[in-house]
Amino acid sequence: MKPKTPENHFVLSSSPHAHANSSVRRIMLDVIIALLPTTLMGIWFFGLPALWTVLVCVSSCVLTELACRLAMKRENTVGDLSAVLTGLLLALNLPAGIPLWMAIVGSIFAIAIAKQVFGGLGMNPFNPALAARAFMLISFTGPMTTWLRPISRCCCCDATDVTTMATPLATMKRMFGVDATTSATPHFPKAMENLPSLWDMLIGNMPGCIGEVSALALAIGCAYLLWRKVITWHIPASFIATVFVYSLIAGGAPAYAQVLTGGVMLGACFMATDYATSPITAKGKLVFGVGCGLVCMLIRQFGGYPEGCSFAILIMNAVCPLINRWTQPKPFGAK
Amino acid sequence: MKTVKSPFKFKGGVHPDYNKELARDMPIERLPLPGELVISMSQHLGAPAKCIVKAGDEVKRGQVIGEKNGFISVLVRASADGKVKAVEKRLGPAGSSADAVILETVPPEDNNPAPILPPLDWKTATREELLKRVEEAGICGMGGAGFPTSVKLNPPPGKRCEYLVLNGAECEPYLTADFRVMLERADRIRVGVEIMRKILGMCAVRIAIEDNKPEAITAMEKAFADIEGNVEIVRLPVLYPQGSEKHQIYATVGRIVPEPPALPIDVGCVVENVGTVAAIADAVEKGEPLLERVTTVSGDAVATPKNILAPSGTKYSDLVAFCGGEKEHPAKIISGGTMMGFAVSSLDIATTKTTSGLLLLSSRKVFQYGSQACINCGRCLRACPMNLNPAEISKAVEADDIKTAENAHVMTCIECGACSFGCPAYRTITQFCRRAKASIRARMAAERAAAAAAKAAEDAKKEAK
Repeated sequence: MKPKTPENHFVLSSSPHAHANSSVRRIMLDVIIALLPTTLMGIWFFGLPALWTVLVCVSSCVLTELACRLAMKRENTVGDLSAVLTGLLLALNLPAGIPLWMAIVGSIFAIAIAKQVFGGLGMNPFNPALAARAFMLISFTGPMTTWLRPISRCCCCDATDVTTMATPLATMKRMFGVDATTSATPHFPKAMENLPSLWDMLIGNMPGCIGEVSALALAIGCAYLLWRKVITWHIPASFIATVFVYSLIAGGAPAYAQVLTGGVMLGACFMATDYATSPITAKGKLVFGVGCGLVCMLIRQFGGYPEGCSFAILIMNAVCPLINRWTQPKPFGAK
Repeated sequence: MKTVKSPFKFKGGVHPDYNKELARDMPIERLPLPGELVISMSQHLGAPAKCIVKAGDEVKRGQVIGEKNGFISVLVRASADGKVKAVEKRLGPAGSSADAVILETVPPEDNNPAPILPPLDWKTATREELLKRVEEAGICGMGGAGFPTSVKLNPPPGKRCEYLVLNGAECEPYLTADFRVMLERADRIRVGVEIMRKILGMCAVRIAIEDNKPEAITAMEKAFADIEGNVEIVRLPVLYPQGSEKHQIYATVGRIVPEPPALPIDVGCVVENVGTVAAIADAVEKGEPLLERVTTVSGDAVATPKNILAPSGTKYSDLVAFCGGEKEHPAKIISGGTMMGFAVSSLDIATTKTTSGLLLLSSRKVFQYGSQACINCGRCLRACPMNLNPAEISKAVEADDIKTAENAHVMTCIECGACSFGCPAYRTITQFCRRAKASIRARMAAERAAAAAAKAAEDAKKEAK
C-alpha cells in the first residue's frame, strides 16, 4: 500500500518503517499456484465435467464474495484472492460429475454462510470449502457420492463401458473387518485386487474428488508451499503420519493406500493448513494434525461414511481455539 | 583473546534489507559548528535533567546546563560555547517534548582548549573516581535507549558482573555509525574496556559483531590482541534483532534474562554499546564529556549519505545540508533506523546523545500499515524473538482488551518490530503492543499513586489520634 504524500508533508507512523513485502494476496496466489498440478491432473482424468466444476465454483465464489461485501457495506475483498482459492478448493473436493447448479449452491454456502457471516477472511471458525462440502454431502448425498470413472488414458484401455464406480475407500472400509469372524467381507486378496495399483494411486488414476486423486501432484504442490514458507511441515506431516501409523496398527488395507486414497493428501496439505481454522503455534499444529488423522481413521473404520477426512478436519477446526489455548508459546525468559 | 562463532542462536528474528552499503564506506566526518544548537534536557532514559541556565546566559563548552534529577537521570552539558537564546519546550526525536536550551553558538577562541575535566590515568585511578567520572561526563547508553551508564556500571549490592558484553551488532538497517567507530576508534574501545573492567571487576569480555562487518571484526582483533583475561570476539549471524540486549546476552554467553523487571545484571551481565565504551575512554583519559557523537545520515532521498560527528543538539536540517541536501523530497524522516526508529514531522528536531541515525526515505521506500483482519498465518509468532503470540495480543488490543494482552505477556515485548515487518495483512502489531504497554504502565502508576494516597491518609489518621 502506498500512502499519499503531498509536497512538504511527511508520513508519520509507528515503527517499524520496513516491511518484508509479503501480502495476503501473494499468499493466496501461492496456494492457487500450488493447487494447479492437482487441478490439471483432475481435469486430465475426469475431463470437461471437472473443468466446468472448477470454473463454476471459482466464479460463483467470487460473485458471492462481491455480493456479500456489497450487502454488508464493507470494502471489496475480491482482490485478496481468498474467494478464488475457496472456489478452487471446493471444486477440488467435489466429484467431477456433480450437477453444476449444486456446485453453485455449495459455493454460495461456502462464501456467504461459512465465511462472510463470521466477518470474512480470518474470522471463519470452519474451513469454508469443507463446510460447503459437508453441507452438500448431506443435502445432495447421491450426486456427492457418485464417482466418475477416470478416463482411460493408457493404450491398454479396458473395454468396460461403466462410467461410474465406487472409490477405493469403499473397498478399503470392508477390509477393516477381514479378521472378524462374523464379517461378510470379501476375501482379503480379492479385495486387494479391487484396489488400484500403487502407481495409479500416485498419479490419480482412480475414482474420487477432482483434486484428491493425484497424490504426486498434491505432493508437488505441498513442496511448493513449504518452499515458499506459506505453510510449515507440522500439520501435513503429523496428519499423514497419524493416518499411516493408525492403519498399520488397525490392519485392513495397506497403510500406504489409506494415505494415498481419499482426501488425506489434499486435506493434510491444503485443507487442514488453512490459517484461520488451524492452530497458530507449532506445538498446536502437531496436536491438530494428529487429531485430524485420528478422527479421519476412526470414521473410516467405524463411521457410516467410507471417507472421514473432511469431517475430521471440520471437527478439529471446532477444537482449534482450545488447542490454541493449551499451546501458548512460553516467552523468552519466562519461568 | 580469540574469535569464535556465536554458540547460541535465539528463536525468531527477521531479515530486513540492510541498505548499509549507502554509508558504510564513508569515513567519520566532523560537522562544522552549527550556528544554533537545541540541547534537550531529556537525552537519556529516566528523569529529564533540571535546567540551570536561563535566556541571556553565556555558557562555555562542557559547562553543566542541566543537573541530574534523580537516580535514573543524566546531567547535560553545553556542547559548544555560546549564548542561551531561550529555554523552552521542544519536540524531541521520540515524539515527546522536553525542556531544551536554545544555544546561539560562538566559534571557540582557542583551537586547543584545556580539557574540560582533569584527565585521569585509569591505571592508577580508583574505581570510585572512574565511576564518578562516567557520571559527571554525562554518559548514557548510545545504542538507543540511553540508560544512565554510571548506574549500569554500579551494580546493586549482591550482584556481580561476570560478563561485559560489547554491543557492536548494529542490526538496524542503514546505520553504520557503530561500524565506523569500531573501524576508526578501535583503540578507544580497547581503553574503554580496560576502564570498565576496572570499575566492574576483572570480568570476562565478549565483543559481539554481526558477520556482515568483517572489517570491524579485524579491527577489534587487532586492538584487543594482547588483552589479558577471558576475552572473546563473537561473530553473530546476521539476524535482526541481534543487537537487542537480551538476545545478545543469549547469543554470546547463553544466559537468558528473565522477564521484566529483571535486568541483564541479574544474570551477571552488563551490555554496553561500542560507542559508549569509546566515550568512557575519552571521558577518563582526555577529560572530554559526552558532547558529540557519530550519527549516520542515510536513505535514498539524501544526496550523499555520511557518518557525521556532530555535537548533541545539532538540528537535522544542518546534518542534511552537510550531506549535500535532499536528492528528492523525502516522504518519511526517521530518527534512528527503519526497524525501531521514530518517524518525525520536520527537520527542525535536534540530535541527542542517543541519535544513531537520521534517514530520509523517498516515497518508493515508504508504505503504509493498515488494519486488515489477522489471517492467523503465524508469521509474527515465528518472527518474535521474545517468543510471544503477537497475533493474539494485537487482536486483544484492537478490541480494547488490555487484560488479555497482559496475560499474553505483552510487557515482555521489546518492540523490535519483527512482527509487523512480516505481517502479510500489514497490521500495526508493534503499535498495538506499545498501546497495551502504555496503558498497563499508566494503570500501574495510578495504582501506586492510589496506594500511596491511601497510606498517607492512614498515617494522617494515626497522627490525629
